Amino acid sequence: MLRSTLKRKIWLPVAGILAVILLVAGCGGGGSKSETPTTTPITTPTPTSTMPAATSLTGAGATFPAPLYSKWFDEYNKLTGVAINYQAIGSGGGIKAITDGTVDFGASDGIMSDAEQAAAEAAHGPIMHVPMTSGSVAIAYNISGMKSGELKLTPDVLADIYLGKLTKWNDPRITAINPGLTLPNSDIAVVHRSDGSGTTYIFTDYLSKVSQDWAAKVGTAKSVQWPVGIGGSGSAGVAGQVQQLSNSIGYVELAYAIQNNMPWAKLLNKAGNYIEPSLAATTKAAEGVSLPDDMKIMITNSANPQAYPIAGFTWILVYKNQQNQAKGLALARMLWWAIHDGQKYTESLQYSSLPNDAVSKAEKEILSMNYNGQPLITR
Amino acid sequence: MEASKTLRPSVARRLIVRLLGRPASLGDAIFSRLTLIFALSLVGILLTMIVILNIDAMPAIQKSGLSGIGSSTWNPVTEKFGALPAIYGTLLSTAIALILAVPISLGAAIFLAELAPGWIKGPASFLIEMLAAIPSVILGLWGIFVLVPFVRSPMETWLGDHIGFLPLFHGPPFGVGFLAAGIILAIMIIPIITATSRDIIGAVPSSQSEAMLALGATRWEAINGAILPYCRSGLLGAVILGMGRALGETMAVTMVIGNAYRITPSLFAPGNTIASKIANEFNEASGDVYIGSLVELALILLAISLIVNVLARLLVWRMTRGVSENRE
Repeated sequence: MLRSTLKRKIWLPVAGILAVILLVAGCGGGGSKSETPTTTPITTPTPTSTMPAATSLTGAGATFPAPLYSKWFDEYNKLTGVAINYQAIGSGGGIKAITDGTVDFGASDGIMSDAEQAAAEAAHGPIMHVPMTSGSVAIAYNISGMKSGELKLTPDVLADIYLGKLTKWNDPRITAINPGLTLPNSDIAVVHRSDGSGTTYIFTDYLSKVSQDWAAKVGTAKSVQWPVGIGGSGSAGVAGQVQQLSNSIGYVELAYAIQNNMPWAKLLNKAGNYIEPSLAATTKAAEGVSLPDDMKIMITNSANPQAYPIAGFTWILVYKNQQNQAKGLALARMLWWAIHDGQKYTESLQYSSLPNDAVSKAEKEILSMNYNGQPLITR
Repeated sequence: MEASKTLRPSVARRLIVRLLGRPASLGDAIFSRLTLIFALSLVGILLTMIVILNIDAMPAIQKSGLSGIGSSTWNPVTEKFGALPAIYGTLLSTAIALILAVPISLGAAIFLAELAPGWIKGPASFLIEMLAAIPSVILGLWGIFVLVPFVRSPMETWLGDHIGFLPLFHGPPFGVGFLAAGIILAIMIIPIITATSRDIIGAVPSSQSEAMLALGATRWEAINGAILPYCRSGLLGAVILGMGRALGETMAVTMVIGNAYRITPSLFAPGNTIASKIANEFNEASGDVYIGSLVELALILLAISLIVNVLARLLVWRMTRGVSENRE
């Protein structure tokens, strides 16, 4: 009797542990795919010195591009053996980390404020915003019977909805721009983000540009004082709320709207066309627009006739004067790869590729990275 | 070799005796000092926490002073922050949770301790303790996908249709809001209060209820008259334990409270608790005043918890003093 209970006492936990190990190994083995490495040579610029580049880099920042960066760094590692560790702790955290110098590069969905830029430059010298990709913010809605792309909205109507001035779906201002649609006589349930995010930054920047009321009362930031509405945590939270609440409206990253088949509205852009959010329309937002050399520009309310109005870059933040030659070289080469070869990975992950003007500006920025006054790479 | 073996312990012993005084034995001395260090370190952790929170909240306190606590704005753009809606939300959601949970928990505890047949007691207690073991994130997800749609309709639509004239049940049925948050908090604190109360009621000597029953009391009269008054302070302690959990609960509440920084006296309204506000915004907060304001919120929550616990202790002390005086 004792032996049998002893056996049970030993074998049960051992069997349990074995089962767990098999489960984990099975999950791990099934998850990874073996990819044949690409044979096309990567566009590498010429390093200006014979010193070898570093083999590991660290970065931290925005969550919006995190899936793309994850893919990029994985591919780059396969090609060059450089291991890049990226922590998606949020744009604010990324800015703080690069200012403190605890990472090699930061990432942000929003432009650094004057105070933040001054702090970083006081610490380690001039800091640059290098654009990597762009994304857009879809306005999703949940009105029974209405499909995606049916609802049209103008900038002032959208701003007034979020200001709480327009409260009913069948308000004359909304029905006027949507002839032929029967809008319900119910309150608009406004949904916004409860957490600080680059998506909110892009959205509020757009609203500030198109509505003086918004600019005066609320302003542009990663987190603002919303006049009305309920908050969802993350784009997933907002998407969930909009899908559950009828007669609701909310703003989400385009990727979420696409993946969850959420109906989105057509927005009137600056040139007077109603545009649906899409990857192509997002890239157009940066095309033909005069881009400044420091790339600190918000491409919301773009003048391009085919542009979707709520689009924005996401940047990697690097110091112009690198303190470590090996790391600086590795960083410059990685960024060069990202804005050229890396762009072919954007579409499958629902990010927009950079238009040519943005790529050439980014190239100039990367070429200006130097160590002790010597540029790290040349074309 | 023999000499060194006997030398070393006596040197060590002399050293320890010099440091610690003359103990009954070496092991006892080390044990008592070690446990003293552990106890002091707990106090030290609390003090360190308070000090560091104060330092980090300094930029915000310096900018707006104590008036910041009374304001209702939360504007990262103009850097004006006020704590009132968060404090209101914390207290309201905890109050709803307690109103819902305390009757259920005490009833369940009385049932399990006094009235349940033996074959129910074990499994029921086990199941209730399992409820306590559910991670709050999972409860939050359940809340979003199951509770919130249920609260939206039929609960809020029914309440709104029938007693919507009362300001407490005013407003559109979002589903998310104080009602849903209160219900989820109640679900989270019921196991704690039930388990603790059941143990406390079970510890009451049976002579108390037996005496009542011998005098001809009914079962309920025996419980109400003999057992409950005896363990009143313990039950209060159990409720305070539950309240402490409800005050600080973050993940589950963040997911169902609607995240609107306003004070609305309606249960249907969305709101924020201190914990949910910090959880939402701390990640992306930048700037000393913004981060300082969030840390100030944390300090306020710490202060609320401490005040509540101190009040509870005072109450318990008064009650036990009353009981022991009556006994004499």
